[in-house]
Amino acid sequence: MTFLTRLTAVSAFALMATTATAQTDITVAIQLEPPNLDPTGGAAQAIDSVLYSNVFEGLTRFMADGSVVPGLAESWDISEDGLTYTFALRSGVTFHDGTAMDAEDVKFSLDRARAEDSTNAQKGLFADIAEVTVIDPQTVEVTLSQQNGSFLFNMAWGDAVIVAPESIETIASNPVGTGAFTFTDWVQGDRLELTRNDAYWGDAPALETATFRFISDPTAAFAAVMAEDVDVFVGFPAPENLPQFEADPRFQVLVGNTEGETILSTNNQMPPFDNVLVREAVALAIDRQAIIDGAMFGYGTPIGTHFAPHNPDYVDLLGNSPHDPDRARELLAEAGFADGFTTTLKLPPPSYARRGGEIIAAQLREVGIEAEITNLEWAQWLEEVFKAKDFGLTIVSHTEPMDIGIYANPDYYFQYDNIVFQAVMEKLNATTDPAMRSELMAAAQTIISEDYVNGYLFQLAVPTVAQAGLNGLWTDQPTAAVDLTGVSWSE
Amino acid sequence: MIRYTAGRLASLILSLIAASIVIFAVIEVIPGDPASFMLGVNAREDTLAALRDQMGLNDPLPVRYLNWVTGLLTGDLGTSWTYKTPVADLVADRIWVSLPLAIYALTLSTLIAFPAGIIAASRRGGPADVTIMGATQLGVAIPNFWFAMILVLIFAINLRWFSAGGFPGWEDPALALKSLTLPAIALALPQAAILARVMRSSLLDMLGEDFIRTARAKGLSRRQALWRHAVRNALIPVLTIIGLQFSFLLAGGIIIEQVFFLPGLGRLIFQSISARDLIVVESVVMLLVFTVIVVNFAVDLAYAAVDPRLRRRA
Repeated sequence: MTFLTRLTAVSAFALMATTATAQTDITVAIQLEPPNLDPTGGAAQAIDSVLYSNVFEGLTRFMADGSVVPGLAESWDISEDGLTYTFALRSGVTFHDGTAMDAEDVKFSLDRARAEDSTNAQKGLFADIAEVTVIDPQTVEVTLSQQNGSFLFNMAWGDAVIVAPESIETIASNPVGTGAFTFTDWVQGDRLELTRNDAYWGDAPALETATFRFISDPTAAFAAVMAEDVDVFVGFPAPENLPQFEADPRFQVLVGNTEGETILSTNNQMPPFDNVLVREAVALAIDRQAIIDGAMFGYGTPIGTHFAPHNPDYVDLLGNSPHDPDRARELLAEAGFADGFTTTLKLPPPSYARRGGEIIAAQLREVGIEAEITNLEWAQWLEEVFKAKDFGLTIVSHTEPMDIGIYANPDYYFQYDNIVFQAVMEKLNATTDPAMRSELMAAAQTIISEDYVNGYLFQLAVPTVAQAGLNGLWTDQPTAAVDLTGVSWSE
Repeated sequence: MIRYTAGRLASLILSLIAASIVIFAVIEVIPGDPASFMLGVNAREDTLAALRDQMGLNDPLPVRYLNWVTGLLTGDLGTSWTYKTPVADLVADRIWVSLPLAIYALTLSTLIAFPAGIIAASRRGGPADVTIMGATQLGVAIPNFWFAMILVLIFAINLRWFSAGGFPGWEDPALALKSLTLPAIALALPQAAILARVMRSSLLDMLGEDFIRTARAKGLSRRQALWRHAVRNALIPVLTIIGLQFSFLLAGGIIIEQVFFLPGLGRLIFQSISARDLIVVESVVMLLVFTVIVVNFAVDLAYAAVDPRLRRRA
């Protein structure tokens, strides 16, 4: 928003001499523009950043602290065998086009996501659904083929939001949801606008209009915030500038957690990384704090396994891999690589990978491992590393929430194949008892940490820079979202 | 003139055909699967296959080339895979940023370069010449994106005269022009520096020609000879540079568009390449090539208008 429009807004209020003086519009900047506006048809996080909770809602939803609470489903019953979920839907919920949201829409959305020709990027979330049955307009029954302790969690994802058959054809350019904000305009390449939905079933948001802008260049991002062209930047791309904003009374800086476990991914099937001694040597060669300081300007929490530290079930396993280059050299000698070896380190574009990669290569060189760096674009990375598995090492942040299950898939790009771990995950999926689940999750974390599957670096932080007068912004990012429903300006 | 024009036209068409083949071939061999880019790391194989099918990626290359070219000939640029909107619409939106920006920058650079070049040439070796040449030296050396950042720092962050970037749309033309001003200056100054140097050296060449001496002998002052005879003749190389610069400004604003987060063609190409939205890249690049070739064609015709000998020679 420009200074001028804010000035007019303010003076208009002054002229009307109304009691409400707080500003009701907001300009939000994020780094990437959504490629399209269908959260059920692509993996791009930017789609969820703009639309999650604002425009689209699911049966359940994530709160700012990562907890899962009722969304469009007011309550649910789970059958004794854990296979049947009966959801009671909220009454009086309408889509932005005026049509009612009922059990038929829920059935349509879930069936569409798990259909054979579905292009849902997280189709796996729906894999256990055997049948969706409409009981009455306010009640829907979901039958699972096997127990799934994460089912309610899965239904909170942006990929599981409820859409309507009436508006599905044009969802990519004109999203119609049930949320507190209605989509109004998208000037591709520049901005996207939302307006308050006055027919919203829940509490009315304080904001009337919201404009999203997309700025990926770090320098441009700095300028836009400094010039107050944007009111808030979620995922600010230049951590080196944060101290400057912290020192400026016009701004507030929120540094939050994400679900992004940043790891030195290791090709477990490629010699010499198929040898656990070599993987342990790599883990001990890494100085996490140096990487966090050097690549992330101090923002990030060290992790010792593939699990988010803010999760109550996180186990601190940093002790398994302290920075110990001498021991690393010994382990390499024990594995038969006293003179070290040469491998590849393929880096995708984000700065955590590019900057972190340089530092890790230097740390590995200390113990005799020569990592040859190749910089790749995302599309190349997906092709070469993720699909063809042609890599020794790579650095990537796994941003999906609760994704430790990827270690149970031996075909996943780092190719970890451990029957014990797979059994633990299978048991976890079929367990709904919370205490038992915690125990299994701890076991899973410990197995991969002690097997040194990958080098566990740090949990990616997400910095948000906002105008000092803004309240109610999410600090953490339990899922990619800029939830504006609770955001307001101080008067 | 007709034969000359026809000759130019034939080379224009041949260039377009060659360009379409090269663009298609080069872009299709870039590694990276558009479908897996869209669906990310958790996508399942059957989902990827479904999307690839939807996007027509399973057809053989020659078939896709023919589909694309026939589409182009009928004015159909295809539909973006990621945006899921027609490429023509995407381009139509963006061209209203890139084209005005290019024209704005070119106008600024010409307005600066012509007087500077002429003054420098007419006062060769004098303090004005030395100053102008020094300034152009600097202008050529400074990268435009760095200059853009400095402009933002001074005029957007400190003085608050302009916003730091973005484009409000043409509903309010004054505001739109204002938002293009800093980017246009950033693009124009380095171009102006080049243009001024070409203008000066071309004029100096002309001033040494026999026809200028003849004009002086007939009683024209140095200044009159310069304005009436030398400037017009010096324009040919200058026009060439302007033609090249226009193409550069239209297609080459990528970095400036990033710095000012403008929704222009450069940014569209940049985003599409990283998303492997090949159909957008191919069609937009083809469109730019078309524009460049047509601009060159127009410049060729302009030569002929400026220099009658060219018409007869061809």
